[in-house]
Amino acid sequence: MAKAKITFSDIDQTVNVPAGTRVIEVSEKIGAGVIYGCREGDCGTCMMHVEEGWNNLTEPSVLEEKVLRENMAGRHDRLACQAQILGDCRVKPA
Amino acid sequence: MTHLPSTSRNGMAEATEAVEIRPGLHWIGALDPGLRTFDIILRTANGTTYNSYLVRGSDGVAVIDTVKAEFADDFFARLESVARYDEIKVIVLNHLEPDHTGALPELMRRAPQARLHISTRAPAMLKALLKPSEEHPLEYQAVDTGDEVSLGDRTLRFLHTPFLHWPDTQCTYLVEEATLFSGDVFGCHHCDSRMFNEQCGDFRFAFDYYYAHIMRPFKTHVMDALKLIEPLPLQIIAPTHGPILRDRPRRYLTRYRELSTSTFAERIGNEEPTLVVFYMSSYGNTARMAESIRTGAEEAGARVSLYDLEGGEIQPFVDLVESADALAFGSPTINGDAVKPIWDLLSSLAVIELKGKLGAAFGSYGWTGEAVRMIEDRMRGLKMRVPVAGLRIKLIPTDEELAECRDFGRALASAIVSGEKGRVIDFADLG
Repeated sequence: MAKAKITFSDIDQTVNVPAGTRVIEVSEKIGAGVIYGCREGDCGTCMMHVEEGWNNLTEPSVLEEKVLRENMAGRHDRLACQAQILGDCRVKPA
Repeated sequence: MTHLPSTSRNGMAEATEAVEIRPGLHWIGALDPGLRTFDIILRTANGTTYNSYLVRGSDGVAVIDTVKAEFADDFFARLESVARYDEIKVIVLNHLEPDHTGALPELMRRAPQARLHISTRAPAMLKALLKPSEEHPLEYQAVDTGDEVSLGDRTLRFLHTPFLHWPDTQCTYLVEEATLFSGDVFGCHHCDSRMFNEQCGDFRFAFDYYYAHIMRPFKTHVMDALKLIEPLPLQIIAPTHGPILRDRPRRYLTRYRELSTSTFAERIGNEEPTLVVFYMSSYGNTARMAESIRTGAEEAGARVSLYDLEGGEIQPFVDLVESADALAFGSPTINGDAVKPIWDLLSSLAVIELKGKLGAAFGSYGWTGEAVRMIEDRMRGLKMRVPVAGLRIKLIPTDEELAECRDFGRALASAIVSGEKGRVIDFADLG
């Protein structure tokens, strides 16, 4: 299975994950600083900033785009409960 | 007694009059002296207040936060004693919790020209609160740190202070009066119609209690907010609950900083990684495991504390958990479950931050031994990492099994001592 590395800048830790893993699944277990609310792409609490590897996450869905807009998200902000890891990337809490 | 105070003597709240804080700066909130339980989780022995403020500038009036819905009449009466609705240019909501937004829909109906100012994280919540439609769309201004709104000769500046205690929390600073409208930050559930901190009764307990239940899980965010607030000239802190802090307001910043940093390591200057082992033992077997785990962990460089849950209260143990880098829970299995004191402690941790702490479970058992796995699952549910697989021993540990316990302690301590910063961890090892 394809693998990818995701680095959480706030705690300086990197995890080697199977491609397709959602960021939430990793960040919760590793104890990164992203805070979660609904976990289903509605509340926007888990917004994170993608520092590197923006294109290595799955494209945001229409729903995610809407929630990001409502939360005044910046250019490279995503929801950790929605984004799936496809290749190496680096993220931090927004 | 739930009567409202009726006096209008200097600086005291009366049911229908605003309280002047400075010329053109008024408290227009509500007193709720009869409240005993707030939000299910908090108790209060003398009620609370819902503080709302009105700022008058040469070019318009701002209302900062409102009150709980059933206190709207008091709020509007006080507002009307110092301003007309058509003068209101700005409504600021420092966070959207219902105890501060209950009177918002009616205020918007009475002052339709007023522009809502909320934090950048609040729009989705505002929509959920006000349920806009095509006929009644929602208009608002989302603001971030450094953004300002002018009232002519007075200026409101915004500070983004998320997660204190709602994700959308912000503070608002009235520049010319060095006054911080801090939302729930620096607040407390304490109802005293004398309103100002130097006139009120002793509310230190209420202040600390409020912090402990509302702000404590967000200590990192408290520290971030203090970085924004501490450099400001500060004459008045005006929170949304409890007394207005105008006598030596910086003391309350200092207190927040103390409460957010008073860890074991800071108090005693301890630099070693710490492991706290909690256990219960019926026949001394789990206790012997705990002692061997301690020996192993100390050999690997951790500072270990051993606590028999039978000998203590939950609350101080919660403090120990908060300060520790790693935790180990030892329980025998009785009728297929871990014992109650373990669950009592593991269900009392919502008030502290656990994310990223390491956890481990162990225990001696007679027949089935489910406790260890159940404790591991609970720790994962609390977002702790479980880097070393749990250790179960059937009945009395042999010398070899006690050596396994020492290895278990050593492995757990190594995970905290070496840390894992910079190292690549495999997803499968996260448990």
